[in-house]
Amino acid sequence: MAELRTETMTVNMGPQHPSTHGVLRLVLELDGETIKSCMPTIGYLHTGIEKTAEQKKWQQVVPLVERMDYLAAQSNSLAYVLSVEKLLGLEMPQRVKDIRVLIAELQRMASHLVWIGTHAMEIGAVSMLFYAIRERELLLNINELVAGFRFFPSYFRVGGLREDLPRGFHEAVNAFLDRFPGKIDEFEGLLTKNDMFARRTQGVGAITQEEALAWGLVGPIARGSGSDYDVRKYFPYCGYETYDFKVPTATDGDVFARYRVRVEEMRQSVNISRQAVKRIPPSGAWACDDPRVVPPPKDKVYTEMEALIQHFLIYSQGFTVPAGEAYVPVEGPRGEHGVYIVSDGTNRPWRVKMRPPSFMAIQALPKIVEHGMIADLVAVIGSTDVVMGDCDR
Amino acid sequence: MDASSIIETLKAAIPGASYETGASVDFATVYVPAASLVETCRALRDTPSLRFNVLLEVTAADYLPREPRFEVVYHLLSIPNRQRLRMKVRVGSNEIDGVVPTVQSIWPAAGWPEREVWDMFGIVFAGHGDLRRLLMPDDWDGHPARKDYPVQIHKAAQTYEPLEVSEDEFKANIERDRLKRAH
Repeated sequence: MAELRTETMTVNMGPQHPSTHGVLRLVLELDGETIKSCMPTIGYLHTGIEKTAEQKKWQQVVPLVERMDYLAAQSNSLAYVLSVEKLLGLEMPQRVKDIRVLIAELQRMASHLVWIGTHAMEIGAVSMLFYAIRERELLLNINELVAGFRFFPSYFRVGGLREDLPRGFHEAVNAFLDRFPGKIDEFEGLLTKNDMFARRTQGVGAITQEEALAWGLVGPIARGSGSDYDVRKYFPYCGYETYDFKVPTATDGDVFARYRVRVEEMRQSVNISRQAVKRIPPSGAWACDDPRVVPPPKDKVYTEMEALIQHFLIYSQGFTVPAGEAYVPVEGPRGEHGVYIVSDGTNRPWRVKMRPPSFMAIQALPKIVEHGMIADLVAVIGSTDVVMGDCDR
Repeated sequence: MDASSIIETLKAAIPGASYETGASVDFATVYVPAASLVETCRALRDTPSLRFNVLLEVTAADYLPREPRFEVVYHLLSIPNRQRLRMKVRVGSNEIDGVVPTVQSIWPAAGWPEREVWDMFGIVFAGHGDLRRLLMPDDWDGHPARKDYPVQIHKAAQTYEPLEVSEDEFKANIERDRLKRAH
């Protein structure tokens, strides 16, 4: 009679696994189909952005930070420009604030669309990816309209925006906002009441609110476990306190709860965007009027000597930022995106540090998946919505 | 709650510890001596008027050539009290080894951020237990985020030896596996 073999098996998952959202490597110890331990290895996408940023002038850092979390480029740059503006003591005109809110919400929807597409695809609903990417294409078209660049528009600048909104912006945004709620209903029709999706997600990968907060998972993951923490409500920025919106929460803390939270967040983003687009007048200020940071208008550059000098200085030396430090968080699609900057009073940052929500989520991944089934692992990774560019920086 | 009232509350909880306020434009900043870091963190988390239940991040900054050279920075969040706090620990260039204790016992979230600070700055967290390279490759020399670390260096990419098995070893493996199964 042969003895039953009982040793565990070590399985290497990644770094080039289609469902790990980039290059995440997991070393799994399996007992049959149960995960005994899970050890994530990260760093494959580390490009030293924080070190590079120390060599650049303040304004030149904006395109760099956009490449950290590449699915939510403009929520990174929003956090960065808000922290620099905090040190400079700049106050933005109302129109700039409203445009920033609108662009940030469009970015959230674009990021959540990639999430819902890939998450559903990984657990079997392959066609969801095409439906979600089709809607995201319209948002990328809006990015292209605004800044000429689809992924990393670098439209937010220290001191305001890069330029004024183009003609046809309001129409394009309104057309999307009219179309999108029906599409969310379509997504929900495909997934929420889908028995197979429910069985793959309900009761899987649960985490309690206390655990989520202790592991620093502030954002949709903690909201799926019952926390109502949202930076937009607790520490409003860009005038979010004047918008009427709800913070969706769920209590189960499992994969399905996180799915419900993010889908509802897309609806709330539509709601905020509708209010924002109504508030934005077709023309008006698109930057603050601080001559230290914002170059003078072109007609003055061509006719006045002082304006020409100022223009030249801003584009050659850049501007200096008073010595000090600031940490300004924004609510990104994955949770609290915060940028900690230190200035030594020169025209280059001394230190730039992003608080990466994906980094914290991957750290807590073993906590969520251990003692679960290996088939559920992919569903859990999808529900944490990690982006390795954000994690490795 | 500003930095001085947080310090008052902390002093009542931990007699004998000395705290300083730091200049800031956004929210309260408190300098904490490394020796009383863990009990300070416990008081920050558990005192009802503070209740900093979330550790957002641990990072550091290198102020070369100033001495003490490094500052380890902790960003804390109190969701019940809608309050943020920046906590800092000064680390000199000759005391990077094991002066700062780990705060994983208070917030488990500290594990990887502390590992990253060691990886990038070389500051050793006492009692951490898992200080391995996190973002850089395992065989990397030096700590890249330090100010005296060059920005552009040319370094041959080191890779591990590929797994090489001779034919004899391969056959022996198969045989051993077969015997085990037959057993």
